[in-house]
Amino acid sequence: MSVSTFDVSGQRVLHPGVDEFIDLVAELKEEGFNMVVDLTAVDYSLFPNRTDLPENVKPERFEVVVSMINHQTRERVRLRIQIQDENPVVPSLFDLYPGTEAMEREVYDMFGINFSDHPDLTRILMPEDWVGHPLRKDFSTGQIPVQFKSSKAKR
Amino acid sequence: MTSEVIESREHSNATPKNDERVRLRDGSAVLRISDSEATSMVESTSTEIVDPSEETRMILNMGPSHPSTHGVLRLILELEGETVERSKPVIGYLHTGMEKTAETLSYSQGSTNVTRMDYASPLFTELAFSLSVEKLLQIEVPSRATWIRMLMCELNRISSHLLFQATNGMDLGAVSMMIYGWREREEVLRFFEKVTGLRMNHNYIRPGGVAVDLHDGWQTDIKRLLEIIPPRLDEYDDLLTGQPLFQKRLQGVGVINTAEALALSATGPILRSTGYDWDLRKDEPYLAYDQVDFDVIVGTHGDSFDRFAIRLNEVRESLKIVEQILELMPSGDYRVQDKKITPPPRARIDESMEALIHHFKIFTEGFHVPPGEVYAAVESPRGELGCYLVSDGTSNPYRMHIRGPSFVNLQTLPHMMRSGLIADAVAVISSIDPIMGEVDR
Repeated sequence: MSVSTFDVSGQRVLHPGVDEFIDLVAELKEEGFNMVVDLTAVDYSLFPNRTDLPENVKPERFEVVVSMINHQTRERVRLRIQIQDENPVVPSLFDLYPGTEAMEREVYDMFGINFSDHPDLTRILMPEDWVGHPLRKDFSTGQIPVQFKSSKAKR
Repeated sequence: MTSEVIESREHSNATPKNDERVRLRDGSAVLRISDSEATSMVESTSTEIVDPSEETRMILNMGPSHPSTHGVLRLILELEGETVERSKPVIGYLHTGMEKTAETLSYSQGSTNVTRMDYASPLFTELAFSLSVEKLLQIEVPSRATWIRMLMCELNRISSHLLFQATNGMDLGAVSMMIYGWREREEVLRFFEKVTGLRMNHNYIRPGGVAVDLHDGWQTDIKRLLEIIPPRLDEYDDLLTGQPLFQKRLQGVGVINTAEALALSATGPILRSTGYDWDLRKDEPYLAYDQVDFDVIVGTHGDSFDRFAIRLNEVRESLKIVEQILELMPSGDYRVQDKKITPPPRARIDESMEALIHHFKIFTEGFHVPPGEVYAAVESPRGELGCYLVSDGTSNPYRMHIRGPSFVNLQTLPHMMRSGLIADAVAVISSIDPIMGEVDR
């Protein structure tokens, strides 16, 4: 599999494409990476000229970051998956690692990135009827009155 | 193995997703219904029954403000009589967008923000944040700073586990335990107050070292703690560990096995209670944990009693570490002497123009961190606490993410509660020891 590897201060970082992502995770699971420690995302829209990507990886607006650990060899690996701005979809890791359920829901809630085949892709931290995804860089803070469900004020 | 044990996805895939009632009957322990669905089901008076077993099941809402839920955890429980069949933790009631806030704060202000996440063990979040900033800056903190960090973190582990002993006892009806646990915790917090000025939310561990050096005579205070706490832990053994009533409430309640815990990304005492030996202090030594001697406590049965016993004995192990730190504490600086990162001492500001400028720059603009991304993890009392940091070269983090162990561990709750009594649900929540500030961030 042609996945670019990159070493960042002693940590192994892989850059799979969206299509090869799930196969790579399955392969890593076979290899002995027995836990997905963390799953999060970054919105790079205000930081377009980053330099920490290998040449053959096209930078996109969103990046899903998955940290995995191999308890036997005490190795860690980080997967950074570039996801386009329009209709961002990533395959869910739920079938391989059920522990990603809450983390994927959080990323969906905060970034609006969809995880296909996720069993319960709903908001987890924000209220169900919230509009927008707070950790996106274009979601401004401090200017919107707090959205209480019963509030009569303009939203 | 895992997918069969944890979730029977095949089952749920086989059923049409649009049929809500069928979807609710899937084989998993997690009740996957939304807030409004739960509300409508609680309020619904409809008598249309698809599945005969439906008649005996009811949806019960527990929380978000329930004395046993440690803050604002809400549970939607599906009950069959008094037995919990499936459940869903509903969180977010304490969500204040701290990860978003972190993007508007400079690196030197950042630890003030993160310390408010896990308010029972604030120093660990500060530590994870500081370690990741230091990794990006590629600086090495002086050894005294490292050892002070270790001392404070181990004391914090003690205070956090003592808080668990208090609340766990309270949840199970051993109300006097609450007073005892709180009493010993207070002794530790008194030491924190002496060192950091605050009992909680210390903002003590900062990028580049710690805020202030330990006070004169700190050894005496530590020795006093080392004298006071161990006999009181033995009292806990008398009061709780050996009591048949207490054992009956916890043993065999909320059982989880290693495969399930690993699949659900559970860490800390939950993973260790299944007999799995994994502690970042031993397995990926950070700070100077490779220079101290301590044991990793593991359980056997993966039940609530094991988790209780692990936390009680981890206090003893932490005391052992503190005792060694007392001997090994090196002298030297308590923070890096890099004027671009640490502010100058107050006295220097009056006499040196450069010191004044550096002070001004650090407190207005903050220091710049080279672009890059990094993940640093520490073993908090609840499990792996990680900080993922992305820097764009300015003085504010571009993105800061905290991997909260409470947030991830909470996923084990439906599996532990499954087919247990509703009274045991309280014991299970307590044994996970979630801190809602960290769950919701």
